[in-house]
Amino acid sequence: MIAGKKAGIVSTGRALPVVRLTNFDLEHMVETSDEWITTRSGIKERRIISGDETNSGLSEIAARIALEKAGLKPEEIDILIVATVTADQLLPSSACLVQAKLNAHRAAAFDLAAGCTGFLYGLTVGQQFIETGAAKNILLIGVDTLSPIVDWTDRNTCVLFGDGAGAVVLQRVEEGRGILASKMYSDGTKAELLDIPAGGSKRPTTVRTLEERAHYIRMNGPEIFKFAVKIMVESTTNVLELCGKKPADLDFIVPHQANVRIINAACKRLGLSDSQVLVNIQRYGNMSSATIPVVLDEALEEGKIKQGDLLTLVSFGAGLTWGAAVLNW
Amino acid sequence: MEVLEIVKGLISEQLDIDEEQLEMKTTFEDIDADSLDVVELVMALEEEFNLEIADEEVEKIKTIGDIVSYIEKQIA
Repeated sequence: MIAGKKAGIVSTGRALPVVRLTNFDLEHMVETSDEWITTRSGIKERRIISGDETNSGLSEIAARIALEKAGLKPEEIDILIVATVTADQLLPSSACLVQAKLNAHRAAAFDLAAGCTGFLYGLTVGQQFIETGAAKNILLIGVDTLSPIVDWTDRNTCVLFGDGAGAVVLQRVEEGRGILASKMYSDGTKAELLDIPAGGSKRPTTVRTLEERAHYIRMNGPEIFKFAVKIMVESTTNVLELCGKKPADLDFIVPHQANVRIINAACKRLGLSDSQVLVNIQRYGNMSSATIPVVLDEALEEGKIKQGDLLTLVSFGAGLTWGAAVLNW
Repeated sequence: MEVLEIVKGLISEQLDIDEEQLEMKTTFEDIDADSLDVVELVMALEEEFNLEIADEEVEKIKTIGDIVSYIEKQIA
């Protein structure tokens, strides 16, 4: 293969925890019902880490699959990016723990925190190193293990999230393929819409923060919903315009899987049909940075995405952050 | 078109309900609209009338009549 200058995703892998938590299981934990969760989110079940499953452990499994498919050895990785907000520990980064597990000793390893947009931020960051020639092989992992930090007494949030990891290898690809356009966006003035107030350096863990349940995710659902629909439409249209395309040209949109109602509302405004939208939220819930690489990996395995397909990946999350990218597969 | 007619049209499209079932006194509960339906309806209204409806205002809205009088006040 003669490599062009563009960066592209050359392989994918995924890892999901063993334990499935269904809506019926949740009915025994909080005041909710399968019908309530399904109609408001599209989620039927999610995976939850247990035993010795960890953020870095799921990352390692997903990474080994992606590396094998790309025919790469761990020591050939130049940069290892882990997009996550739920590293095993506060220090060091999850990326360094994954590096040790893989023995990717040549890699520069770092975490990238952009909420649920982490994978798309990582994709754009990685793209720059590949296109400048500063790196040849990048391993990008989107992983989040949110189950330990959701408030299992808050029925408005705990039903929405799940754990998982997806990995991709980025390299230069043939001319005309790969990432055609990508954009990252942030609006820090809306930070309070989705946050974890304590546990950082401003409010370290104390008896009081524990009593206030300030170590769990807090979310303003309706505001996030409106924001998400709006930016999905805007950023998808914008990145497509950058490469002279429109939504109708898309083979698939690969949206962040936060809520099927957000996906449907945005896709309706973009004029996309159901067959153009990749969705797996019913099985996994919102896995934060892992949603897009996992849904991509599954769609490739099922043979849905084919070489030459035009895709837009689009995501949004805490920060607020959002991002979109156009790929010619 | 009158505001009431536009609002009825948006609700009927959003929730797949016959417009004839919608009256000024119809509440969200009457038409089985859940919290996200209300958010989606607010978005559709904001787009249609090119305005922003604050959260506090949304909480006060209970009936179709409330929507119509809020919007008429805003665009007057």
